[in-house]
Amino acid sequence: MFEMMMQRALQSVLVIFVMSVLAFVGINLVGDPIHLLVAPDASHEEIQLASQELGLDLPVHEQYVRFLGNALRGDLGNSFVFNRPAVGLIFERMPATFELATMALLLTALVGVPLGLWAGLRPGSRLHKFAMSFSIFGVTMPVFWLGLILILVFSVNLGWLPSGGRGETTSLLGIQVSFLTWDGLKFMLLPACTLALNNIALIMRITEAGTREVAVQEYVKFARAKGVGPTRLMTRHILPNVLIPVVTAMGIEFGHLIAFSLITETIFAWPGMGKLIIDSVLQLDRPVVVAYLMVALLLFVIINFMVDMLYLVLDPRLRTKAA
Amino acid sequence: MMMNDIDAKAIPPERGEPPLAAPEHPMRLLARRYLKSRVGTGAAILLLLITLIAIFAPVIAPQDPYDLTKVSIMEAERRPGESSADGRMLYLLGTDGAGRDMLSAIFYGLRISLGIGVISALAALGIGTFMGLLAAHFGGRVDAVIMRVVDVQLSLPTILVALVLLAVLGQGVDKTLMALVLVQWAIFARNVRGAALVERGKEYIEAALGQGLPARRIMFRHVLPNCMAPLIVTTTNQMANAITLEATMSFLGIGLPQTQPSLGLLISNGFDYMLSNQYWISVFPGVALVLLVVSVSLVGDRLRVALNPKLDS
Repeated sequence: MFEMMMQRALQSVLVIFVMSVLAFVGINLVGDPIHLLVAPDASHEEIQLASQELGLDLPVHEQYVRFLGNALRGDLGNSFVFNRPAVGLIFERMPATFELATMALLLTALVGVPLGLWAGLRPGSRLHKFAMSFSIFGVTMPVFWLGLILILVFSVNLGWLPSGGRGETTSLLGIQVSFLTWDGLKFMLLPACTLALNNIALIMRITEAGTREVAVQEYVKFARAKGVGPTRLMTRHILPNVLIPVVTAMGIEFGHLIAFSLITETIFAWPGMGKLIIDSVLQLDRPVVVAYLMVALLLFVIINFMVDMLYLVLDPRLRTKAA
Repeated sequence: MMMNDIDAKAIPPERGEPPLAAPEHPMRLLARRYLKSRVGTGAAILLLLITLIAIFAPVIAPQDPYDLTKVSIMEAERRPGESSADGRMLYLLGTDGAGRDMLSAIFYGLRISLGIGVISALAALGIGTFMGLLAAHFGGRVDAVIMRVVDVQLSLPTILVALVLLAVLGQGVDKTLMALVLVQWAIFARNVRGAALVERGKEYIEAALGQGLPARRIMFRHVLPNCMAPLIVTTTNQMANAITLEATMSFLGIGLPQTQPSLGLLISNGFDYMLSNQYWISVFPGVALVLLVVSVSLVGDRLRVALNPKLDS
């Protein structure tokens, strides 16, 4: 099993390396950002001087080697726009994104799982039909469109919730968070719901399918025949088996939430790293784009790795096989 | 006739008695199975309608919204149902900030959105099918390399991959198409490979191999046709995904250029107006987008059931 883990880790490093080459070389083909950085009336000499300072006059492969060397020391270059370390910019905005994604995941767990369980226990019922149509709707609904509708209804028409920004934050262990104050929560509610809808639908489907499968198993019938009460049957017999794929799916979905937050953050002007990357792409802020990509890849590799390990923890059958 | 009646009660054909009459044409059988669902039928009719609108947009639109001689800034921000100042045009869905008739803009937008979705999904189908068959046929190292790339790509969210590609490639119709194809090919490759491997183990392939048919012929004439069912479903679903992804990218300003106003761009252009409660500039294109995507997905969902009788309960 240790060998398997090492193999996975090695693979992940390779993936990150290949993607960094692709991204770096590719982004260098887009165009020379130097013209964005100097004044429009800069002379030829000034442009050259600025190029040299930033290392933009070197051939691409030399630029990459410099980039890689610096990257290993945690330096992914300075943002052209902010003139500050790109990694710093991303880490600064990361807590806001994480908070939003966590909130969305929480909503998913609180709404998607119970709904899926309930629907799965009563296949063919009205609730089941409702849940299934809702899930098709939820899976296909474009995220940005949902965000717009929520803004239109709850901010513009009803005026209950703010349409964008982050509002009041409080410091928790040195990190600015929103969920501790009512004002902060108000700002977070709409973006979190927008982000969560797709996930709720997905997790509900997985839970429903799992419940339908598990509920008709012999061991459940046997437990019922033995006189196990409905609550205990649910919590001790059905739920643990249903939850294995659900929990791992939620782990993977956390990564997707972070990626999809770039849509939500743009709509709601939420100051997270998703909004930063969109702005940076539009402004050709190359170091920030590359840095975001590296950070996001690293996150995904870590999340996927943890989900694999989680599988082993949750499903004893896999553990005996692996051992 | 008798046989048809029995068949209609959804007995899987392989379990029934061998048919006495000539077997039904597969397309007719599929159509009959498909039409059993009211939701599926409704979605198919809606999709057909949208497709017709998209194809004939220049003919049926009340106005050419991108002909500057027809559009007047004086007609900007008319509410839905208002008429033009000279009373000759009725703006059923209002006008946008430049005085364009929204209904016409939506018709033209559907054309672009649907076109991009269909073209990119079909291109991805072609590339993915080829790579999947390649992996299934050669196995070994070819298989390992192709599938590793597929695995890596599918472990990343499509939006992230598309964003990176568009950041690299830049803006434009061709670039957006390229990004959409690159995002989608992997799922086709994985599905085709899986289906092809299952088919390869079956006896008719063994028989074809025994006859000494060349590998290419076996792959394209024997294996591929039998992988069609999952491919049709995947293609439909991918079309819905591609349309959504293009709309999202265009909304974020990193997809199509302003000269190709897809539904996503229309929604994006109306976003600022929405905050001042001029909802129609964003909302109606959005409704069109949702109708389009939902109808495509529902058709895909129903096709999945119709192509696999075991799923029909």
